[in-house]
Amino acid sequence: MAIIETKNASYIYPGATKPSISDVTIKVEKGEFVLITGPSGCGKTTLCRCFNGLIPHFYQGELKGEVIVAGMDVTQHQTYEMAKHVGLVFQNPENQLFALSVEKDVAFGLENLGYPREEMRKRVDWALNLTGIYDLRERSPHEVSGGQQQRVAIAAVLAMQPEIIVLDEPTSFLDPLSAEKIFDVIYELNQKIGITVVLVEHRLDLTAKYANHIIIMDEGKVCFDGSPREILSAEETRLIGVGIPKATFLYKLLKKEGINLSDVTPLSSEELSALLRGVLEAK
Amino acid sequence: MIEVEDVHYVYPSNVEALKGVSLTIKDGEFIAIMGQNGAGKTTLVKHFNGLLKPTQGTVRINGVDTRKASIAELARNVGFVFQNPDHQLFSETVEEEISFALKNFGFEPEVIEKRLDWALNLLGLTQYRKTSPFLLSGGERKRVALASVLAWDPQVLVLDEPTIGQDHQQKENLRQFIIQMESQGKTVVIVTHDVEFVAECNPRVILMREGKIVADGEGREILTNPEVLAQSSIVLPQVAQIFSQLTILGLPKDVIDIYEAKEILLKALKERRK
Repeated sequence: MAIIETKNASYIYPGATKPSISDVTIKVEKGEFVLITGPSGCGKTTLCRCFNGLIPHFYQGELKGEVIVAGMDVTQHQTYEMAKHVGLVFQNPENQLFALSVEKDVAFGLENLGYPREEMRKRVDWALNLTGIYDLRERSPHEVSGGQQQRVAIAAVLAMQPEIIVLDEPTSFLDPLSAEKIFDVIYELNQKIGITVVLVEHRLDLTAKYANHIIIMDEGKVCFDGSPREILSAEETRLIGVGIPKATFLYKLLKKEGINLSDVTPLSSEELSALLRGVLEAK
Repeated sequence: MIEVEDVHYVYPSNVEALKGVSLTIKDGEFIAIMGQNGAGKTTLVKHFNGLLKPTQGTVRINGVDTRKASIAELARNVGFVFQNPDHQLFSETVEEEISFALKNFGFEPEVIEKRLDWALNLLGLTQYRKTSPFLLSGGERKRVALASVLAWDPQVLVLDEPTIGQDHQQKENLRQFIIQMESQGKTVVIVTHDVEFVAECNPRVILMREGKIVADGEGREILTNPEVLAQSSIVLPQVAQIFSQLTILGLPKDVIDIYEAKEILLKALKERRK
């Protein structure tokens, strides 16, 4: 059963002249790891804001079509109701941090939902440890670095253990190793407890390997929707501002020169170097 | 020229963010400063326009000690684009945002108009001229912040994480733009985690760790050294990753450029066929 389903969804921000998303029809199944990508300004963030009802409840403007998340029509349910099912991590962590300490920020959502103290303690520590910020728990979220703030924002959402977690470029301020650790944590939650993940990212090189579903948007519309290998094999992918993994690109460059290493397009450095070793070592 | 001599910097909270950094950047150089979160990268570059003054040691810009110059004087020479565009945007339209500094520096209206058109066009923002920066996407706001600094044509450009939120095409535009700046003899300093972008540009790379510089050299040399990179939480760029797994075939290890990679592989594959 689809856990997120949109039918011909279109939305215009108040005061804007053209829609930020138009006619978006997508389906996300329960337990999927979905990557949404596309040129900046293509409507990725806007689409994510529909998933927890920030659009239309907070942003106003006009939402047409249908957005059904966890069985609920977002136009009929307030953001606080949606929040029990959908956790959203914003692009800019400063927009969501406000408490006096990191720990209080992470506990805030749980407090609101009235969890018992013991359970709250357990979940907050779990989320702080997972994201590697346990040592920062007493600090003010506003005096830690941009990358650490991103981890606080992620921990706050993880602590709620929602069915769906939507992350809008959640690691843009993090160094690559820290980013990879965060993606690994999210992937583990996806694999182990079946949490549905929607990740907005430009860097397919870092993230394509986690996803089993990729949606590419351009100018507010969905232009590709399918499996990573299917999409990254397509010739047009490059044309719409999507940076495909270097290994895939190199494979394609060689193919243009008449060298077909394999009929299965490699998505990672490991896959490509294995193919190359196979060809170059063979007697 | 930027000369940094044994600089220490201690924040009011008593955190020592720089622990003895020395560095000389010549006019026209293109430099990438890399390292993990909290390594002191942003603290270091904030010394280049006098936003921060060293607790100990000296920073000289074109021979002038930053302790003896005002930020306003320094800013004319050193343009700074912050990591988070929301820290620098405040005007009601993109156009006003970009013209703001130009007006402050006292340029003539015709010059302002020309520089404005040039910057809007260069960063693909012409259609947003009359739009509020706060209605734009994260990646677009980042470009507005860059345009507003470029417009006054500083000699040194410091870009803190310029590729965040930028898609593939915009990163390529940024790379072309930096090449253009270099050819005009401008100094460009980027602070970045984006190892792929650095591999594509191949600048001089400075690696920082815990308030110190741990490596300083050619991109090609540093970005293909996994031991050095690991100290700073940086992973090998993808092309280098591929070649690090092919050394047993006698292929070189220090490859970061994808077109060079293609030529090497084509040659190896042709020899194999003989």
